[in-house]
Amino acid sequence: MFESFDINFVIFGVMPYVALTVFLVGSIARYERDPFTWKSSSSQLFRRKQLIWGSILFHVGILTVFFGHLVGLFTPVWVLDVLGVPYGLKQWMAVLIGGPAGLAALIGGTMLIHRRLTDPRIRATSTTLDILIMILIWLQLAIGLLTITQSLQHMDGAEMIRFMEWSQSVVTWNINAWVTVVDVHWLFKLHIFLGLIITMLFPFTRLVHIWSGFAAPFRYLVARSGYQIVRSRRRRPLEERRRAFDRRQGVDGPKAHTPAE
Amino acid sequence: MKVRAQIGKVLNLDKCIGCHTCSVTCKNVWTTREGVEYAWFNNVETKPGTGYPTDWENQKRWNGGWVRSASGRLQPKQGAKWRILANIFANPSMPEIDDYYEPFDFDYDHLKSAPDMTAFPTARPRSKITGERMEKIEKGPNWEEILGGEFAKRSADYNFDKVQKDIYGEYENTFMMYLPRLCEHCLNPTCSASCPSGAIYKREEDGIVLIDQEKCRGWRMCISGCPYKKVYYNWDTGKSEKCTFCYPRIESGQPTVCSETCVGRIRYLGVILYDADKIEAAASAERETDLYGAQLDVFLDPNDPEVIAAARRDGVPEDWIEAAKISPVWKMAMDWKVAFPLHPEYRTLPMVWYIPPLSPIQNAAQAGQIAMSDQMPDVRSLRIPVKYLANMLTAGDEEPIVSALERMSAMRLYMRALTVDGVRDEGIAARVGMSGRMIEDMYKIMAIADYEDRFAIPTAHREQNEAGADIRGGCGFTDGNGCSDGESGKTSLFGGKKKSFALPLESF
Repeated sequence: MFESFDINFVIFGVMPYVALTVFLVGSIARYERDPFTWKSSSSQLFRRKQLIWGSILFHVGILTVFFGHLVGLFTPVWVLDVLGVPYGLKQWMAVLIGGPAGLAALIGGTMLIHRRLTDPRIRATSTTLDILIMILIWLQLAIGLLTITQSLQHMDGAEMIRFMEWSQSVVTWNINAWVTVVDVHWLFKLHIFLGLIITMLFPFTRLVHIWSGFAAPFRYLVARSGYQIVRSRRRRPLEERRRAFDRRQGVDGPKAHTPAE
Repeated sequence: MKVRAQIGKVLNLDKCIGCHTCSVTCKNVWTTREGVEYAWFNNVETKPGTGYPTDWENQKRWNGGWVRSASGRLQPKQGAKWRILANIFANPSMPEIDDYYEPFDFDYDHLKSAPDMTAFPTARPRSKITGERMEKIEKGPNWEEILGGEFAKRSADYNFDKVQKDIYGEYENTFMMYLPRLCEHCLNPTCSASCPSGAIYKREEDGIVLIDQEKCRGWRMCISGCPYKKVYYNWDTGKSEKCTFCYPRIESGQPTVCSETCVGRIRYLGVILYDADKIEAAASAERETDLYGAQLDVFLDPNDPEVIAAARRDGVPEDWIEAAKISPVWKMAMDWKVAFPLHPEYRTLPMVWYIPPLSPIQNAAQAGQIAMSDQMPDVRSLRIPVKYLANMLTAGDEEPIVSALERMSAMRLYMRALTVDGVRDEGIAARVGMSGRMIEDMYKIMAIADYEDRFAIPTAHREQNEAGADIRGGCGFTDGNGCSDGESGKTSLFGGKKKSFALPLESF
């Protein structure tokens, strides 16, 4: 029964679904069940030094890399063809944008890890998962940067197209998606595997703050017109209450009071 | 006109003895938990001094409060919304733990468990963050107690602006006062304006400003936004916390813990009706010295029939309107004009106000060198420079402070005439623009300060907003997710019947 068993199938065929399920269900469950634990877990209070540079380099770098992957991997190949973007050009763009961004994230990440491990206050207040996730991300960045050495050997973009096909096959429920990446260099495989691991850890770590980070501009700039927020326990808005009050004033006889008034 | 009510507060600095009972009782109730050992929702500072966290009043450094642009628009001093979002990875204006102090405890156990030793055992300090031994305590929440430390450092005090401060470093001319501080529960809070998550809000019913612990994501913008540095980051929960104005007590008609336990009886709580439509214009007043007056204009006279009618229409409960009429806060801020907002120039329209302290007449006056008119000292010759108080309470405008100090010394003179000579000297009252009746009322409330006169707190009307039967058997007060039943939203993620269940809890 297991004669045709292939570890590649497990990692590149099954694991993506497991990872995405854990990621989504876990995030929703945590948001729903335990919103009090949903936070960025900033350690800036303990030490500003090394955080300002470290955090900005890390975040700007990794966000660039993240959106690079998102757009790069999930843009359908036919869109490239329609737009007339040569695969080689896309490969160059990936290397030229992703490379420096990844490097910035790695430098920032190194500063943050160093700070987290060596500052006694931050070390004492870090959880195991805080440290683990930081190290995993650092490794992921390092491996990602190392894959550039491989990419540079085939700048025609053919290899990249395979990863695009794989990611798009996965999200379009193509069960044979794993076949496309069976014979790529092990660095790429390791990068994908670690990425899936991080995705699975996501809901259980401070990484959930990424959701909020993406939501913040919408909450703050779009959904909130002014600066101030006033909350009321009253069940009806002021205008409605005012109208009800005015109606009552016009009506003779016993005043009707409802609990909401 | 949009009428809202707030429980305002006045602290009579003239009577503060600096005993720190307020701080200690507050701490015991609210911040003895891990993560906020360093946080004091209420603290008492000795002034002049740089305070806690160090130099908090210096907004050039911390960027708290609001700024008014040339076009008259307000924005947080740390930046408009997009600027705040851009700082989300690292907040350039946030104090570090060392700007407060590293919280510590002492090895008390060593005193009783030490073996037989040649030296007397001591209880040495240990960090509450790392648990490590601290060789030297560098700072505390009250590091400048009773003018501790050298004048050169203390005189960095922001309120010395435009004061010839060097002479106050001399022993003969030195002065001091206490400044108890807590969250100001502002009408125009910068903390809530700075929160990208929208977790900080002001309550419509009683004006208390709270942080929703389930919505706070730990972006830390409120900490730099608050010019009073009264929002604290809990390093354990990763959320911000602040003074809750003891809302569970206030809702049941009790004073806050700090007010209840105040030994000097300096704290007053009462309803202030205000016009929410006027807040923005008042906070945007062009000149900083206009802000105090602009805030007075936001307050509404509870005896004005028009205000009463509007208050009823906007749902202010009847007993709240009645409480506003007897509010000691209204009397001191509006009738007698002896209470002032702390640093109105921050444009937050704070709602915890202060009565400036009288101070001993300088030696020179006793020697007859300074004019005393009818035994009333020229308040400008008191030990505490009027300019110093004005920098603290009226954005540098001395006139209101002088008037308040004169009224307070007139009260003493009037009451001395009454109790010693048995004379009601209306002349004294008239000189400060008051009547004998007003002064006697002022004496009753400010000097005698009976419990009933200090606190006029109507209870919250929860019966209007929630059904008692629903909360019967509820989990009571909790912070965070203490009694989560897994039903925070409209639906239950893990199945089961969704009950209509209104928990009487609110986050802080």
